[in-house]
Amino acid sequence: MTNNNYWKANISLIIKCLAIWFTVSYLFGIVFVDALNTIRLGGYKLGFWFAQQGSIYTFVILVFYYAKSMGKIDKEFGVEEK
Amino acid sequence: MDLQTLTFLFVGITFAVYIGIAFWARAGSTSEFYVAGGGIHPVANGMATAADWMSAASFISMAGLIAFYGYGGSVFLMGWTGGYVLLAMLLAPYLRKHGSFTVPEFISDRYYSKTARVVAVICLIIASVTYVIGQMKGIGVAFSRFLEVDYETGLISGMVIVAFYAVMGGMKGITYTQIAQYVIMIIAYTIPAIFISFMLTGNPIPQLGLGSTMADGTYLLDKLDQVVTQLGFAEYTTQARLSATNMFVYTLSLMIGTAGLPHVIMRFFTVKSVKAARESAGWALVFIALLYTTAPAVAGMARLNLMTTIDQPNAEQNLAYADRPSWFKNWEKTGLLKFEDKNNDGLISYTGDKKTNEMVKVDRDIMVLANPEIAGLPNWVIAIVAAGGLAAALSTAAGLLLAIASSISHDLLKGVWKPNISEREELRYSRLSMIGAILIAGYYGFNPPDFAAGTVALAFGLAASSLFPVLMMGIFSKKMNKEGAIAGMLSGIGVTLLYVFQHKGIMFVQSTSFLGDMDPNWFLGIEPNAFGAIGALVNFAVAFIVMSRTAKVPANVEKMVENIRVPASS
Repeated sequence: MTNNNYWKANISLIIKCLAIWFTVSYLFGIVFVDALNTIRLGGYKLGFWFAQQGSIYTFVILVFYYAKSMGKIDKEFGVEEK
Repeated sequence: MDLQTLTFLFVGITFAVYIGIAFWARAGSTSEFYVAGGGIHPVANGMATAADWMSAASFISMAGLIAFYGYGGSVFLMGWTGGYVLLAMLLAPYLRKHGSFTVPEFISDRYYSKTARVVAVICLIIASVTYVIGQMKGIGVAFSRFLEVDYETGLISGMVIVAFYAVMGGMKGITYTQIAQYVIMIIAYTIPAIFISFMLTGNPIPQLGLGSTMADGTYLLDKLDQVVTQLGFAEYTTQARLSATNMFVYTLSLMIGTAGLPHVIMRFFTVKSVKAARESAGWALVFIALLYTTAPAVAGMARLNLMTTIDQPNAEQNLAYADRPSWFKNWEKTGLLKFEDKNNDGLISYTGDKKTNEMVKVDRDIMVLANPEIAGLPNWVIAIVAAGGLAAALSTAAGLLLAIASSISHDLLKGVWKPNISEREELRYSRLSMIGAILIAGYYGFNPPDFAAGTVALAFGLAASSLFPVLMMGIFSKKMNKEGAIAGMLSGIGVTLLYVFQHKGIMFVQSTSFLGDMDPNWFLGIEPNAFGAIGALVNFAVAFIVMSRTAKVPANVEKMVENIRVPASS
């Protein structure tokens, strides 16, 4: 049963991370790009910035955040590697 | 020193390093040959993965694509990086826990079926061979362009070098050479970018330079938009690729394809633990992002430099053909740059209007290679770019060759035909298959098939529609059975191939479309290269339908799935 709850914790973390993954690339970079382009970030239009810069930075942070959080969840459920 | 001597020197030094590593990192066991012994540090593996991943296409072609597609080129940037998020959360840690040597081996264990293994090997070989052809071509072209030797001589030199370290060292040799190749590649990519960014904006960091102002106080991107629209091209920062739907599906296909490519997944078998696999995916993405966030800056600045070198605000002051700079002449010789004086005024006019445009050919691939020359950078920078391009092509070719070789020796030979061979024999066979794979790749390098240009995109479509869904279902659904997996793989790959061949001809032979004429991109306006995600959806759907009507998964396989879901060994 612990393993079951462990897996549920993992899935909900994945869903959280993939929601952000989807938002920065597909929503900010593609679907709502025109609306965001009315906002400027220095010389960048914001939608364009997300499509060519921002989404990539977010991906990097997400992967490390996932690795770190899973490390904690592993310990919490006592399933970490010895 | 002149450019050619410098290039020979730099390329010579890097090759000496690769050969040195070949002798130092010989493989003594099958574990070393397939997974480098399984003890590679996460950061080192991240660097090797980045080199494995970034091919001649990333290094040479991508910035050129973005330079001409502008915002529409974002699909490549997001698609080829976002796939690592999927890999890190949905595949890599669990596959590492399972501890197989190859991707088809996991599929065989999880779906308790040799048929599934053979189907997976076929998908893997189709995807990897099509991919490796492009790399071999890249090696030949880079050699002939920079060292002024024949295409054939260049190709053979490349093959000999790869053979040296890949046959002797397997994954172990490949891993350490890839680390060296990454370092060469990233230096070669960023140095010209830093120079150019500083020259144009005063900011040496290209990622910031692209968003900065130029000497006259206008933002670089605004200036670029203004210059290209005045000349009749689409606005750089907003030109979409066909439609938002197409961009959405294309990005998704590239992401799923990235996560499903076997030569990338295999790299995560080389780290020592599940925890290391998760971290290593992050490091891989850091090293990839260094190049991928620089690329849009290279693209935008190269486009601006190119346009403002040729066209002037007053067209009567455009660059005269007689005064064209030396890089213009050099690239004209290769046929990748062509000028035609349509109005016979001796001036060059480069516009978005087909009737008046006189730059009848500007090959996108020359942007990265010609960029340092256009910006007037010193010879040693250009020589480093040559060594970097070769490192990119060699490192990816080696990873693909290992994926092909190990699927033959480990999956077909050891797994299906001759289960009783000893480890020493298998090691010998794995070296032989590596030689075989190099010869096949070399053959296609000498005789590039007509469909070579479309193949890299096809490899992504195939990996996305066949391997990614079965791997993911194998981990996230305990109930998925072998019937579902096999039917899913075959239908996913089938639908994708049908769509591509219907648009581009069977095996890319023109006018063999079997359903007669159809509107281009008839399905929701999606281009053929973007179809992998639809194929993946079909794969998932078919797999679940077939599963619900066939036998249940054996209890021991359900146990196995429970086991790969947790890091601790039970």
